Amino acid sequence: MAERPLSPHVTVYKWAYTMTLSILHRISGIALFGALIVMIVWLMAVARGPLSYAEAMSTLASAPFKCLIAIALLALCYHFFNGLRHLAWDIGLGFERAQARRSAVIVVIVTLLAFAICIYYLARSGVGAA
Amino acid sequence: MSLRSPLSRVLNHGAAHDGVSHWWIQRVSAVALAPLCLWLTASLLLLPTRNHAVVAHWIGLGLHPVLLVLMTLLATWHAWLGLQVVIEDYVPQSGPRIALQLLSTFTNALLATTGVYAVLRIALHGVA
Repeated sequence: MAERPLSPHVTVYKWAYTMTLSILHRISGIALFGALIVMIVWLMAVARGPLSYAEAMSTLASAPFKCLIAIALLALCYHFFNGLRHLAWDIGLGFERAQARRSAVIVVIVTLLAFAICIYYLARSGVGAA
Repeated sequence: MSLRSPLSRVLNHGAAHDGVSHWWIQRVSAVALAPLCLWLTASLLLLPTRNHAVVAHWIGLGLHPVLLVLMTLLATWHAWLGLQVVIEDYVPQSGPRIALQLLSTFTNALLATTGVYAVLRIALHGVA
């Protein structure tokens, strides 16, 4: 077993910012799994009726959950746009180093813009408007 | 120098031949999830208020429950495949690795069934 190839060799490379985007894709993916759990619990609260829903919404309106919702939205924006970047690679586009670096910058900018728009609309009608 | 034959050394250590379908399902579910995520996020953020009546009505509206069931299944499938790769890459010890894989599998199965049940219960409220 010891001689089998190991993955990933994270420590042997000189750092490049595209690597940060790569690991962020996994971290945001894991964060979105957490968001998925909250989403499904929330759906279940809707299904159980107005009382359960009001309870769930008052929990979600608390400060720590507001933070988590903001983080989830940021993770969603990032995973969405960087996911499109990955899909472009999968069909063979943008593999050149300069292209990959440029698309990385674009992903970060578009993610922050989309996140700002999400927060604006979320704040407009309030998280816990029950 | 090992006395084992080359064949016996590679048996049961090779590909399980499901890597390609794993790769494809992850990509196909991503392609399907992209417009669905855009739709759900925009819809929820653009709701005028988020009280129970408005939200429950929106979930049951027209084709919304169909898309939401589809999205629940795709999201849990995509999460299951993604978490599997992450666990395989970062958890080398077989005990914790198998435990985490089981946890991911069961959690995603539970999320998928609960999500579908919740959407149907909201959509069929007053019908059944």
